[in-house]
Amino acid sequence: MLSRVANSVYWMTRYIERGENIARFINVNLNLTLDFATESNRQWKPIIMATGDHIEFEKKHGKDYSSKNVIHFLALDQDYPNSIISALRAARENARSVREIISSEMWTHINRSYLEIKESASTDFAYTNPHRFFRTIIMQAHLFTGLLYTTMSHGEAFQFALTGLLLERADKTSRILDVKYFMLLPQAGDVNTPYDSIQWAAVLKSASALEMYRKRFHRIIPKQVCEFLIFDSDFPRSMRHCLKKVELSLHNISGTPLGTASNKAEKSIGRLCADLDYTDIDEIINIGMHEYLDALQIKINDIGSNIHEAFFKLTLS
Amino acid sequence: MNFSAYLTQGYYDELFQENGVPRPDAELLIKKIESLPENDLLLKQKAAETALLQMGNTFAVYGSKEGTEKILPFDIIPRIVSSSDWQTIERGLKQRIYALNLFINDVYHDRKILKDKVVPEDLIMSCTTYRKQCEGFNPPKGIWCHVTGTDLIRDNDGRFYVLEDNMRCPSGVSYVLENRQVLKRTFPQVFADSNVRPVEEYPNKLLATLENLAPSTISSPKIGVLTPGMYNSAYFEHSFLAQQMGVELVEGQDLVVSDGFVYMRTTKGLKRIDVIYRRLDDDFIDPKAFRADSMLGIPGIMEVYRLGRVAMANAPGTGIADDKAVYAYVPKIIKYYMNEDAILPNVTTFLCREDKERAYVLANLDKLVVKAANESGGYGMLIGPHASRQEREEFAQLIEKNPRNYIAQPTISLSRVPTIVDNHFEGRHVDLRPYILYGEEIYVLPGGLTRVALKKGSLVVNSSQGGGTKDTWVINSEPQPSTSEPPLESQSRLEQPFSSQFQSTTSKQSKGGSDA
Repeated sequence: MLSRVANSVYWMTRYIERGENIARFINVNLNLTLDFATESNRQWKPIIMATGDHIEFEKKHGKDYSSKNVIHFLALDQDYPNSIISALRAARENARSVREIISSEMWTHINRSYLEIKESASTDFAYTNPHRFFRTIIMQAHLFTGLLYTTMSHGEAFQFALTGLLLERADKTSRILDVKYFMLLPQAGDVNTPYDSIQWAAVLKSASALEMYRKRFHRIIPKQVCEFLIFDSDFPRSMRHCLKKVELSLHNISGTPLGTASNKAEKSIGRLCADLDYTDIDEIINIGMHEYLDALQIKINDIGSNIHEAFFKLTLS
Repeated sequence: MNFSAYLTQGYYDELFQENGVPRPDAELLIKKIESLPENDLLLKQKAAETALLQMGNTFAVYGSKEGTEKILPFDIIPRIVSSSDWQTIERGLKQRIYALNLFINDVYHDRKILKDKVVPEDLIMSCTTYRKQCEGFNPPKGIWCHVTGTDLIRDNDGRFYVLEDNMRCPSGVSYVLENRQVLKRTFPQVFADSNVRPVEEYPNKLLATLENLAPSTISSPKIGVLTPGMYNSAYFEHSFLAQQMGVELVEGQDLVVSDGFVYMRTTKGLKRIDVIYRRLDDDFIDPKAFRADSMLGIPGIMEVYRLGRVAMANAPGTGIADDKAVYAYVPKIIKYYMNEDAILPNVTTFLCREDKERAYVLANLDKLVVKAANESGGYGMLIGPHASRQEREEFAQLIEKNPRNYIAQPTISLSRVPTIVDNHFEGRHVDLRPYILYGEEIYVLPGGLTRVALKKGSLVVNSSQGGGTKDTWVINSEPQPSTSEPPLESQSRLEQPFSSQFQSTTSKQSKGGSDA
């Protein structure tokens, strides 16, 4: 397939997944506000800290980390490139440039989702009904993924779509875990209190992982929550699961058997997957969770660059 | 809403006769519309617009930060063309395209028609669309104009006239296909009962036309639609056609010329491409052959093309046949090559390059429509009766300065179709652009783009000038196999979008006798 098209398909799904995960991010907090109504105000800052864009936020809103400001910034701010609406716009523009490759159902859905969120930006629906608003966004992303699986041939373009989607998801699951790190910072004394376990439950819920986690580990223990979200081989949002699937997709594209590598992208993903296979949670805790996740995110970025290098770059012959 | 207050006001109306009685083919539709509950038609109009918006058939409105997108305005009252009118149109277009193709081929080879002084040589040589690079070139199977969209209008006398030939990159066919999809849902039962000829086969026919250009040695040719990119106003159409045909949509940056062939840059390296349906003007195709500053084209592609190693539709150089000054000679061109009279007449045209005609034009600017020979989209045009004195004076100067570049025609009172305006119907002027494909044979899509001037009294139908579109129903008069469906009256109760569609599907299946 055309390199330009592969690039657009890959970014289309990455942006859809990105939009969905920002909604999940915010959900961590919405879940918490249900449990601690009074604590809620103080809790919006960590969300912004975890995105790393607090400077940009403060340029617009000062130190006023109110729920409304944070929701507006992360969901509906059209000038902020990492907001949900910006992600959906980018997804749609990419989809538009590959309309002949994806199914009409996918295009119509992505187009419609964007038009709807754009319309909602002119109302205060998102602030007055945040639970419904973000649930809708997440469900629309799921619907898109469903259409991807069921209306598009599982050929090369599909594999690029999957690669983009899962690479993004791996990255974002690591960031959802990181939100907890930022929440924890100001009050180390809360560790292992009921308050702590409710926070961890909120993190799990945001990754749609609470029930699946309980089936495996029953009680909420921080170390095991991290183990689940990083290493679980069956849970579809765990980093290891996502990255293994990325590895498979890249090998489906090149036709090279697993365990060998025909380009830098395959090499780097293979190395990272092997690393995840043979690392355990105690090692990570020794390194420091936040530091480990930081390093992991850098590796995921490198894989992205290597994919770009191997497939998308328009080299003159 | 009903038509009791609707007036044809002395214009030819496509749905009503002079005495206010619906034309026979429009009767069912008019009856249906009048039987709808109050406001239902407006809801249908709104639903159609929403459907088009969600399909994403939009163009960006430039210069607005909000990134406002609009659909091309669409009016749900269709334009209906009778079977006998269509037969004339179809025969006339086949004749015209056949002759124009011979003309283009002749001009780039022996120039017999110029030597015989049927068309003045200096007129052709001064066409800005004449391509020296095409001299002596033999396109596959001798076909130059594979895709044409000819603009027709109907005058008060009820006859169709050709207004313009678009032989380069005519656009709009995607609207024909999408408008139809939406309208089928809008008036499902009337549509089914009116015996409307389908338009859905266009992508298949286009694909066959393109495959026809590939060298016979290649069993499954690689075909691509070449687009200037997603910011082009017709991008939707380019991607739509590529998608419907299942071929690649490529941009100039996706293609590269290497050792004598054209290749696509793919994730698995360079892959050869055999046929290109290019939606890029001649000027931009190849910076080495044409405009050197083109960023959209593929350097060196013309050389590959001339060697017959890649085919292009339409061939570069076809623009000479839609120059508006050359247009005036088309009846003579048809006579010259086919020894037939033109079935579809031209509109009377005055060529400003001829002294006598120019004198007439300058003296009658207030009655005439003046057009620049190489502009399109409703630009470079003066509608005398609607223009101010100053505008007319400006045009008089333009004509004096460059007479070759201007033609004039009498102001024609285009026919009208009832159109929804606020909450009632008013007549609005329309034209008709049918699409013609030249492959193994010449094919005319039974339908076309009806463009409508939405401004009251306006005669300019171009979308850039406040025009919209309507669906075009070409009625099939051939007797149809009888259906088991009860007549309309007894079904009208059921005409909810879902139940009626469901019903027509099941009845079709039962006809097939799929008892096994």
